[in-house]
Amino acid sequence: MNRPGLGTACAAMLRRDLALAWRRRGDIAMPVLYAVIVATLFPFALGPEDTLLQRIAGGVVLVTVLLAMLLALDAMFASDIEDGSLEQLVLSPQPLALLLGMKILAHWLATALPLIVIAPLLAAMLHLPGTVIPVLLLALLLATPLLSLLGAVLVALTAGTRRSGMLLALMLLPLCVPAVIFAAGAVAAAQQGLPWLAPIAWLAAALVLAVVLAPLACAAALRIALDA
Amino acid sequence: MSDWIPLWLHKLGSPPTFYRFAGKLQPWAMTLALLLGAVALYGGLLLAPADYQQGDAYRIIFIHVPSAWMSMFIYAVMGVASFVALVWRIKLAEVVAMQSAPIGAAFTFITLVTGSLWGKPMWGTWWTWDARLTSELVLLFLYLGVIGLYHAFEDRRQGARAAGFLAIIGVINVPIVHFSVNWWNTLHQGSTVNVFGQSKMAWDMLWPLLTMTLATKFYYAASLFRRARTDLLDMEGGKDWVRKIAEDEADR
Repeated sequence: MNRPGLGTACAAMLRRDLALAWRRRGDIAMPVLYAVIVATLFPFALGPEDTLLQRIAGGVVLVTVLLAMLLALDAMFASDIEDGSLEQLVLSPQPLALLLGMKILAHWLATALPLIVIAPLLAAMLHLPGTVIPVLLLALLLATPLLSLLGAVLVALTAGTRRSGMLLALMLLPLCVPAVIFAAGAVAAAQQGLPWLAPIAWLAAALVLAVVLAPLACAAALRIALDA
Repeated sequence: MSDWIPLWLHKLGSPPTFYRFAGKLQPWAMTLALLLGAVALYGGLLLAPADYQQGDAYRIIFIHVPSAWMSMFIYAVMGVASFVALVWRIKLAEVVAMQSAPIGAAFTFITLVTGSLWGKPMWGTWWTWDARLTSELVLLFLYLGVIGLYHAFEDRRQGARAAGFLAIIGVINVPIVHFSVNWWNTLHQGSTVNVFGQSKMAWDMLWPLLTMTLATKFYYAASLFRRARTDLLDMEGGKDWVRKIAEDEADR
């Protein structure tokens, strides 16, 4: 049997998922809109004092992005399960972990990247100093793929269940605590003029570990969840 | 099959054998748990001297510390049982893993509650975002996640495998809870009792603590046996051995 190479299969997977995401552009805009609304609510709830908003801006943006990603996470495999293409993916001769890695990458490009693009605006609305914004972006660039990868494993685990929304939050939030701690730590250190490289390095290390292990775990979880 | 594993251990993996085995041991484990628990409470609350600094408030450790140990121990048991269930597909391992989760969650909850009761007079606060406290809270969430995922599936064996996978991912938190007092120098004090080397605690206070630890271990065994037996009856509902038990019960 003449089967396509690994690179071709991965590229096809990525192209397909990105095309699907692009054709439903409204869905991409939703998490961004959600993040903007949540970030605007904070000044109303806490009062528009610059000093207070400045102190919490980094953390608020991080948590807002995290929650927006959590909302979009549910849809990662949903349509593929409905139309049965996920089963075909499991049966395909290429390694499942690699193909799932491509799906996670496509999902990250479609949901997290727009959030990262909007993050400087949110941070500026909350008066985060301009010098800190690059650190915030760097922290987000490392933390959001980590969340996508961790989330993908959990989404795969709940693939066989119907009501998975709240359950997903219950499972993901404890696991993402380290990512939030290190990302917020880097932003806080930069804001106080302290060296911020150490927490960023921790985040990068965690991301490297997750890039290697999470697709494998995701594949194993999906096999369990579809094994009915 | 490897011949170094004794035959009775293999047999114990079968639901009817385990049902009888657990039924025989369960009353003994419960009796020992109650007996040792009563002795430990008497020793801890009445015999042990008051602390020179904390007065009588320290006595909550006789509940708090054994519960904290159990919260981690049960998670480890759950992780190992889940691993066995996923690799060898042993039905009993799934039952042990999933029936351990609520017991472990209860011990974790007791640890957090007693800790905050003690924290109010000693630290002046119910709760603080200390590394030990936070990681123990994360442990509780992990337990709840495992329980929630198990019940979200319609097929219970599939649910047990999925939740077991989550439990294995969460095992990473157990060493974090244990070493958090060494890695981050925050409010919660370091360990006083050491398995290897000298414990930094007077014997008068140490023996009730160790007795209570034994009592919680026996309680876990008794509770797990009872829960597993009920679960096995439920799972094996249509099988002959369950029908026989039901008929024997009806005749009685």
